[in-house]
Amino acid sequence: MTDGRPDPDQLLDRIKEEELRAARGKLKIFFGASAGVGKTYAMLSAARQQVQQGTDVVIGVVETHGRKETEAMVEGLECLPLKDIQYRDKLLKEFDIDAALVRKPALILMDELAHSNVQGSRHPKRWQDVEELLSAGIDVYSTINVQHLETLNDVVGGITGIRVWETVPDRVFDVADEVVLVDLPPDELLQRLKEGKVYLPRQAERAIQNFFRKGNLIALRELALRRTADRVDNQMLKYRRDQSVSNVWQTRELLLACVGPGEGADRIVRSAARIAARLDVPWHALYIETPELQRLSERQRQRILKTLKLAQDMGAETATLSGSDAVEVVVEYARDHNLARVIVGRDHVRSWRPWYRSFADRVGKRAPDLEVIQVAREESHARRPADDHTDESWLDRLKAPWQSYAMSAVICGMATVITAPLHSVFDLANIAMLFLLAVVLVSVRYGFGPSIMASFLNVAAFDFFYVPPRFSFAVSDVQYLMTFAVMLAVGLITTRLTTGLKYQAGVASRREQRVRALYEMSRDLSGALMPEQIAEISERFVETEFGAKSALLLTDEKDRLGAAVHVPGSSLSVDIGIVQWAFDHGTEAGCGTDTLPGSSVLYVPLRAPMRLRGVLALEPRNPRRLMAPEQRRLLDTFARLIAISLERVHYVDVAQSTTLQMESERLRNSLLSAISHDLRTPLAALVGLADSMSMTRPQPTGQQLEIAASMREEALRMNSLVNNLLDMARLQSGAVKLNRQWQPLEEVVGSALKAVHTTVAGHRVSVKLPEDLPLLEFDAVLIERVLSNLLENAAKYTPPGSRIDIGAALGNRAHVDIWVEDDGPGLPVGKEEEIFKKFERGQKESTTPGVGLGLAICRAIVEAHAGKIHAESRNGGGARFVFSLPLGNPPLVNTGEDDAESEDLRK
Amino acid sequence: MSEPLPVVIVIEDEPKIRRFVKMSLEAEGCEVYEADSVQRGLIEAGTRRPDMVVLDLGLPDGDGVDFIRDLRAWSDIPIIVLSARTTEADKVGALDAGADDYLTKPFGAAELLARVRAHLRRRSRAGGSGATVLEFGKIRVDLGRRIVEREGQPLHLTPIEYRLLAYLISHPDSVLTHRQLLKNVWGPSHADDSHYVRVFMGLLRKKIEDDPSQPKHIVTEAGVGYRFVPQ
Repeated sequence: MTDGRPDPDQLLDRIKEEELRAARGKLKIFFGASAGVGKTYAMLSAARQQVQQGTDVVIGVVETHGRKETEAMVEGLECLPLKDIQYRDKLLKEFDIDAALVRKPALILMDELAHSNVQGSRHPKRWQDVEELLSAGIDVYSTINVQHLETLNDVVGGITGIRVWETVPDRVFDVADEVVLVDLPPDELLQRLKEGKVYLPRQAERAIQNFFRKGNLIALRELALRRTADRVDNQMLKYRRDQSVSNVWQTRELLLACVGPGEGADRIVRSAARIAARLDVPWHALYIETPELQRLSERQRQRILKTLKLAQDMGAETATLSGSDAVEVVVEYARDHNLARVIVGRDHVRSWRPWYRSFADRVGKRAPDLEVIQVAREESHARRPADDHTDESWLDRLKAPWQSYAMSAVICGMATVITAPLHSVFDLANIAMLFLLAVVLVSVRYGFGPSIMASFLNVAAFDFFYVPPRFSFAVSDVQYLMTFAVMLAVGLITTRLTTGLKYQAGVASRREQRVRALYEMSRDLSGALMPEQIAEISERFVETEFGAKSALLLTDEKDRLGAAVHVPGSSLSVDIGIVQWAFDHGTEAGCGTDTLPGSSVLYVPLRAPMRLRGVLALEPRNPRRLMAPEQRRLLDTFARLIAISLERVHYVDVAQSTTLQMESERLRNSLLSAISHDLRTPLAALVGLADSMSMTRPQPTGQQLEIAASMREEALRMNSLVNNLLDMARLQSGAVKLNRQWQPLEEVVGSALKAVHTTVAGHRVSVKLPEDLPLLEFDAVLIERVLSNLLENAAKYTPPGSRIDIGAALGNRAHVDIWVEDDGPGLPVGKEEEIFKKFERGQKESTTPGVGLGLAICRAIVEAHAGKIHAESRNGGGARFVFSLPLGNPPLVNTGEDDAESEDLRK
Repeated sequence: MSEPLPVVIVIEDEPKIRRFVKMSLEAEGCEVYEADSVQRGLIEAGTRRPDMVVLDLGLPDGDGVDFIRDLRAWSDIPIIVLSARTTEADKVGALDAGADDYLTKPFGAAELLARVRAHLRRRSRAGGSGATVLEFGKIRVDLGRRIVEREGQPLHLTPIEYRLLAYLISHPDSVLTHRQLLKNVWGPSHADDSHYVRVFMGLLRKKIEDDPSQPKHIVTEAGVGYRFVPQ
């Protein structure tokens, strides 16, 4: 594409990212080539500057290593006390994240980003603490050395010969808001080292001396400088993209790294991460579980999981798929996700297997359009026996109940017995066939060990009973040795094949069992109507599938976590703190995760499409069983099913209550309108008939006309009473839907005056509204009613000829105050509030008509508009009623454009 | 009188009210036919060649609004709607469908007759002169030359204000809903921006009315729309 417009999706992503960033704290990293360059010092001086500018700075952790200058820098800064953590009868000090979150400073100093926390802390790594601090909106200063960066870790290890195990994912470094490179030339560093200004741990002193060789230091410095330069380069690119300076749209050639079960998988992942970073493209990491690979040892499975985890930490999207043909799955996945490049590890060349085609070749052959990149794996270590394909040793595999061995021996015996009479009839070769048949039978029926035994027994029996000289193990003809060898080989191969097939069948049936468990659970869940039922179902299935006790903790309507749903007989004690953490962060916590792995309980958040629905806590009796990838996947699916069911149950409730509400509202409305129709129709007829009396022939007399007129008047008054009563009922039952529109106040004042003009005819009414009053949002009919009621009241309670003023002004708190005031006798003192009550009137015994609903209706209407109404005495005598309406954001009406148009027109 | 009596059809299911309306109209010199349902109303309207229809909105066999739509398909005679209070939405619906005016129950004979007279007068005038100069209050509007004068002085109106005024003048005494005004003055794409009408109506009143807060000519029908009263 050549147009310079940024891709809308990317723009959206960026906006989201910016929003996310705005809420997050800022991370500033002081980055150095090696220990001793002065990162901590630089961080502390930056912090001191911040303190001078009035920032609230707190030291989370700073390692001064007893250096004088650094300690001097620490002085005067607030230091957060460290937490004591008991670890194997030692008391260790560790950073206290909860204290930091409670203290919530503006800026916190966290030295040594790569540090591993003591077991028992919330997170295993300090950078995870930092992430949590950042998401709590706290700014963080931290330090890191180049060798601790995940992708450079092995490179540094290669250069210096020392591999550090404490690493930080590059992601953390890359998303840091600022990176400050703390640089020191190698000679100066060596000088400082000589002066003893660089802290070295006592142990392994020699190794470290080796580390601080000039050559190493130069190389490390180069790495650090380059990494920083890359970052700056990225920033430049991003800037160009933000400003749309670039008109180049690279087609995104996404990467797919294939993770195998072998040793070098993490090397592949690291390489892929580096390549992806260089190309600035997202990447995926994929592990394919073929039936064979299901027999891997626990250790290997753990390694694969770790590798995938590593890939995830490095920013990859990871997936574990199963399929019988790895090549096919890879190609399909790549096609589905539009991944153009596939990275695979280079297979070891095996000269003794010339026909063997590497994985890369096979992928290439299957999909010629994919680019396949082969990367070197780690130098192949001597294959360790423990790495061999299966968990079980040969001896283990030979294990079988003694009955099987006995039966195997019996079958061999029977083969011998059956063949005995046939010896004279059949050729020896055919006899051998019958023995082979016996081996096959045994291997199908009794498994590996007995079958191996049968192979040997049969060869022995064949030799002893049939091969001349008979009844001796001696062999006269050498060619029978060949027969024995083939018989043995065929027997062993058959054994291996059949047992292999049986194993795969076992794997398949276990998989089927998992699927069936899921199916049964979803079937049960689909029938559940209450959270308690769901809790009971989930508990039952977690118990059978994972051998774990479990509990469900659900959210209430306000999205707060409640106590565990009570299921009779369950007795899992959960740590409510971890539950809350897992819920707040939406990630798993506890046993076997990154967060508080020491806990014996695993907490899985229940993520439904709309929101988190709660947390599933489970305590497995055998935590390792839960770590197997397929089990984890099963657990994830379980959690999701439960969450969806919970959401469904929730919405069933919502729907029911909504229907109920709608039904009752409808009933109320129809009742009210029926009443209003039934009451008004006779009144309307009364008014009309009173009027038509004057039209009767012969012409009625003056007295008759007078009677007709007062009938009409009384009917109209009755009508206004009915209106008041019905309006009050409507307002109180909440049946009134406000029809809010943006409109000028002036208009409704005008229509109210028109509506009451007969009542206020004897009074002097004046209206003063400010010119610059903005549009207000209100229901014109109802506010007209408020104004009419107030005007009618003013007319009713003041002698004819009194003044009535209507006014408005911008009030405080983004409201407009509107008032109606008169210069009449005023309000009874102390009754300013009471008159707004229903059936309350200023004077109890009065000839003035009305039931005292007018002001109560006014109050109900104004409050429905989020306003307030009150009465007070007017300055200089009289009553004053003030109500307020909120200002809001009126829509713009462009009247200027119209004027401009008119200029043209007049020409 | 050589001129034929104006024919009015009253469609109302309440016999008492029907009787009163009929009596009032006959006293005014109209020929009145009654109907108590939408069905009967349509038959009467089709056969009696009426000059006006007075219609109750709540009829037993159907919605009055449907009647208006049916009638408007072939006739433009004035329709006055009778309705109960607190049902502004019904009134707006009826007016948008093509009704010209409404009366809120209970109403007196005087109110009814004033409306009937105004609409009959409008109808007879529309058939007759093609007058392009209109006067009301202190205002004189020359539709042909597009000139507006106030007490003899030229009055500057913006194009929208002028279109608004012209549309109001051409529908005297009728209730015009916000939607109708938007559609005819601003165009169909603005049908939901009712605050436009209100703001420009305010501006127009300032130029035309003596006291814009108590207007005499451009009268607000709260929650429904506006009515232009020429005298």
